[in-house]
Amino acid sequence: MRDRPKLAVWKFASCDGCQLSLLDCEDELLAIAGAIEIAYFPEATRAVIEGPYDLSLVEGSITTAGDARRIHSIREQSASLITIGACATAGGIQALRNWADVSEFASIVYAEPGYIAALEASTPISEHIDVDFELRGCPISKRQLLEVINAFLHQRTPDVPRHSVCMECKARGTPCVMVRDGVPCLGPITQAGCGAICPAYDRGCYGCFGPSESANVRALAAWWESLGVPGDALVRALRTFNAYAPEFREVSDDYAQRA
Amino acid sequence: MAARVIDSSGLESLLTALRRSGYDLIGPTVRDQAIVYDHVSGTDDLPRGITDTQEAGHYRIEERSDESLFGFNAGPSSPKDHLYPSHDELFSARREDGRIRFTATVHPNSPRFAFIGVRACELAAIAIQDRVLLGTEAVDLGYSSRRAGAFMVAVNCVEAGGTCFCDSMGTGPRATEGFDLVLTEVTPGAEYVIETGTSRGAQLLASIESLPAGPAEEQRVECGISNAVRQMGRRMETDGLQALLVDNPEHPRWDQVGDRCLTCGNCTMACPTCFCSTTEDRVTLDGEALRSRRWDSCFGLDFSSLHGHSVRASARSRYRQWLTHKLGTWHDQFGMSGCVGCGRCITWCPVGIDITEEVAAMRGQVS
Repeated sequence: MRDRPKLAVWKFASCDGCQLSLLDCEDELLAIAGAIEIAYFPEATRAVIEGPYDLSLVEGSITTAGDARRIHSIREQSASLITIGACATAGGIQALRNWADVSEFASIVYAEPGYIAALEASTPISEHIDVDFELRGCPISKRQLLEVINAFLHQRTPDVPRHSVCMECKARGTPCVMVRDGVPCLGPITQAGCGAICPAYDRGCYGCFGPSESANVRALAAWWESLGVPGDALVRALRTFNAYAPEFREVSDDYAQRA
Repeated sequence: MAARVIDSSGLESLLTALRRSGYDLIGPTVRDQAIVYDHVSGTDDLPRGITDTQEAGHYRIEERSDESLFGFNAGPSSPKDHLYPSHDELFSARREDGRIRFTATVHPNSPRFAFIGVRACELAAIAIQDRVLLGTEAVDLGYSSRRAGAFMVAVNCVEAGGTCFCDSMGTGPRATEGFDLVLTEVTPGAEYVIETGTSRGAQLLASIESLPAGPAEEQRVECGISNAVRQMGRRMETDGLQALLVDNPEHPRWDQVGDRCLTCGNCTMACPTCFCSTTEDRVTLDGEALRSRRWDSCFGLDFSSLHGHSVRASARSRYRQWLTHKLGTWHDQFGMSGCVGCGRCITWCPVGIDITEEVAAMRGQVS
C-alpha cells in the first residue's frame, strides 16, 4: 500500500469553526485518519510532521503583512491547496473593515493599539496565491468537506453544486418564504450547500455560502425594494459573512452610495 | 357507472377504505403556511375552510367563509414530489477482488400512494411525466414502480386561482382522464358528486354509502366548472406558439426577461412536468459508491456544461431554452406541450416572472 497522503490544516484570520468541521466528522473521522495522514493540524494535535504536504486546507483571510507572506510558503509546500469557509474564500465578516478605518477600530477596541499591525483590508486567499478549490460556507458543510477530501483521494472533481439555495428548499419541500410571507431572502442568489436551513425555520437566507454561480443580485435587490425593504437594510443584508465577494460588494456599494 | 353523491362521512369512508386497502394517502394539508401535498390519514387533515390567493411571486393562505375542503388551487408542491422525488437511489457499486460489482437499487416495497384531491392540470402533468419517464427506452424504474401502484382521487376545480390558465392549455378545470374517481365539491365541506374513471374506482365507490346524483346535482357540477373557467387568472394564446418561439431566438424580450431572471431554478422545481435530473455519486472513503438521481434544472450552469464550459452562460439563453422547450420543442420531442397551465412557475418565481406575460410580449401584445 502506498503512503497515505499528508494533510495539513492551516489557520489565518478566522473563528476556527470551519477547521472544527473536520473534527465534527465523528462517524467518518477514523476513516479519514485511515485514508490520510493528518500531518499538521494544531487544532487537533500538537504533533507536527514536516512538509511538503499533499493536501492543505486553509481557513481564514489575510489580514496582516505576516500572513500575506506566510500563505506563500504554505502554497510552496502544498501539492493541492483548498480554501475552506467564507473568510478564506471571500474575506469573511472581518472584511467589513474594508469599508472602514482600521486604525480607528483599533483605537477603540485595544488599550494599546500600537501593538496592532493589521492590513487595511481583509482579503480572500485567492487574491494572494493560486487556489485549487474553494469550499464555501460560514461555516462550511461537513458533508461537502468530506466530499472534497474524498474527491481529492480519488482524483475526481468534487460534487459541490454552485446553483442557488432555492434548489435545496424545493428538494426538501420548503415553500418559498419570500413568496409565501414576503420575507426578504438571499436564497435565489446564494450558493447551495447548507441544506436550506434558514427558510425551513421561516427565516430568509443570510447568504452564508456566498454568491451562486450566476447570481443576479441587482434583480433580487429590485424585488426586495418592491417588498418594502429600505436601501440601508439591503446594504446590511449583503454585507455579512461574504460582504467582500465581488457580486455582493458591487451591488451593496451602489445602494450605499444612493443612501 | 352514473354519478353518485356522497356526504362528508362518505368521503371519510372513502379515505378509510383506501387506507385499509394498504394505500399511503397523499392529500392537501396545511403545513408551513401553505397548502401542500403530504401524508394525510383522513378528512381532518384536509385544509377545511382554507383557501389561497396567488399572484406573480405571491402566495398567501387565508380563511374562507365556508367549510370547503378543496376550495384552493395548485400549491407549491405537486404529485411529482412523491412520484418523482427530488432524490432517488439508482445503484451501488463495490470493488471486490479487483472487479467492480454493481447492484441495482430495486423498489419492491415502494409505497402505494393514493393521491387525494388531484386537479385536472396535475393529472395532465402526470400524463406528461408518464410519456417522458415511461414512454421511451429509458424508463425511470423508481417512477415506474411508484406510478404503477398509484390510485387517483381527482377533484374538479370549481374555483380558479390568480395564476391559473388550464383552460388555455386544454387540461382543465374538468378532469377527463387519468383518475380512478373524481369528486366535485357541490356543497362546501358537505356534499360531493363522485364519478368513476376505472373499474377499481367503481369497486371502491360501491363499497361506501352513496346516493344517485340527480339532474340538479349534475347541474351544480357544470355550474362549478363554468365558474372556474370564468375565474381563470391568466390566459395564454397557444395558436402558432411553437413557431413563434422557435422563430424568434433573437427577440428583444429575451434580453428583458434575462435581466430579471435570477436563474435560481424555482420555476423548474415547482413545475409538475419538469423532469430533468442529474446523477450524483456518493463514495465512501473505502471506495463503495452509491449512485443517485437528483433533480436538476436547466437554469444551472452545470446543466449545459460541455467540455468544461456552459453553452448557456447568460440568464437570457437559459430562460429562452426553458420557455422554448416547455411550449415549443416539447411538441417535437414528446408530441405534446410541456405546460399544463397550473401557474406554479408564475406564483413561485421569487421575482414574479410570468410565463403568460412573456408569451404575450413575444406576440407584441405587451409593451
